[in-house]
Amino acid sequence: MLPRFWRKIKYRYRLVGSYCENCGEYYHPPRNLCPKCRRKGSIKEVPLGSEGTILSYTVVHDAPDDFKLQKPYVVGLVKLDCGAVVTAQICCKPEEVEIGKRVRAVFRKYSEEGEDGIIYYGTKFELI
Amino acid sequence: MRRVAVVGIGQSRFGELWEKSFRDIVIEAGVEALEDANISGEEIEAIYVGNMSGGRYLAQEHIGALIADYSGLAELGIPSVRVEAADASGGVAFREAYLAVASGLYDVAIAAGAEKVTDVGAELAIDIMSSSADREWEYFVGATLPALYALIARVHMKEFGTKEEDMALVSVKNHKNAVKNPKAQFRREISVDDVLRSPYIAEPIKVLDSAPISDGAAVVILASDEIAKKLTDTPVYVSAVTQASDYLSLQSRKDLASFKAVKMAAKKAYKLAKIEAKDVDVAEMHDSFTIAEIIAYEDLGFCEKGEGAKMIREGETEVGGRIPVNVSGGLKACGHATGATGVRQIVDLVRILRDGIVDAETGLALNLGGTGATAVVSILRR
Ligand SMILES: [Zn+2]
Repeated sequence: MLPRFWRKIKYRYRLVGSYCENCGEYYHPPRNLCPKCRRKGSIKEVPLGSEGTILSYTVVHDAPDDFKLQKPYVVGLVKLDCGAVVTAQICCKPEEVEIGKRVRAVFRKYSEEGEDGIIYYGTKFELI
Repeated sequence: MRRVAVVGIGQSRFGELWEKSFRDIVIEAGVEALEDANISGEEIEAIYVGNMSGGRYLAQEHIGALIADYSGLAELGIPSVRVEAADASGGVAFREAYLAVASGLYDVAIAAGAEKVTDVGAELAIDIMSSSADREWEYFVGATLPALYALIARVHMKEFGTKEEDMALVSVKNHKNAVKNPKAQFRREISVDDVLRSPYIAEPIKVLDSAPISDGAAVVILASDEIAKKLTDTPVYVSAVTQASDYLSLQSRKDLASFKAVKMAAKKAYKLAKIEAKDVDVAEMHDSFTIAEIIAYEDLGFCEKGEGAKMIREGETEVGGRIPVNVSGGLKACGHATGATGVRQIVDLVRILRDGIVDAETGLALNLGGTGATAVVSILRR
């Protein structure tokens, strides 16, 4: 899984996505082709900004081994102010999370692979 | 396109079939289908087999050839194609077999679906199921398949006032229906309290809102109208099988409280079958999580948007209601043998229509892949 992770590390660490100069839409995760404009689109890499609003959330209780130390954890869909939506963990207590709350992106650890394995980092959000 | 009928159905029991191998259950279902169609096998011209993850569950690929081999059809040299669309693999295999016969390419074809999941542990099974969503951008952050359905459920609850009790009712109904199905995994009734008291997997989804991941196989034999009339007095005709796609991950979708692919596939299916949603008498639906059945009522047009919970609350989808849903027990109580499920739904729909299990002429099956990035809608008439 490692090469697959490193390849996209820029987009995971810094919340960089795609912008279509033809239709003005922002995308996360990054795309090479605009789904609205396809061949007519013109995709450019841009920072997506760091603040947004919670569209939906869940508190995960039954998690795979990679995430077991963090259980229970909050996963949400965050709509950034540019319009792109990000699936990410939200660093807060389960009882604090609500649809509509404002959040800000932060750089955090996601998971560890095995005993002495690699540590995966990425973007999470915290309540503002 | 010419008329196509289902002339034979077969199914293994669904569940934890420790004593049986992948090839055992496929052959069990296949032989039952041949007996049901009263043919010996040399009439079959092609095999389409739905299988989600033989590679990860069994470290076995080349599933098409394996099945041709053990069904004795490699002897005839006929083509065998494995179809993968996560847990819509079976539905898509059925569609491919249907199109091949409808187009006139073959007179008789098999649609099979099979999955053997209990050779790996529960932990890995959940990991594999989560491969049906976006591995790199959903699972990476801990968004398992139940978590993604929970995100959908939460939006539906917020927008339309759907409650955890409403979702529980779906599970209660499907368990009740499964009591009468000898092939079902869970043939026992449960109460709303049982569901509500079961532990959360990903809030608001609980253990008893979720279908199990099961072993199982199902086989359907399709034939042209001309052949079907020679074989049986009770063919069940296929009026339409349609398939639609949506974005793989939830974050790319505009409306989280409905499945766009279901709406599109249903619209096309009704048009092809020359019917409307109100003409459907009975349906098998993809209740991998109970919220999915409630949303499907709406997206299939059985009620207005936002009224899915009302439909289950008022008993409209119970046996004896306006449109019975998951008379078989659904994925929740029959078991969810991922790649087999779409074909199992057709087996049950044929059984329901042909054997008069409920009074119905027109039946619909809805099979979903992952969080709905693939939807297959089939309409059958007796
Ligand atoms: Zn564009």
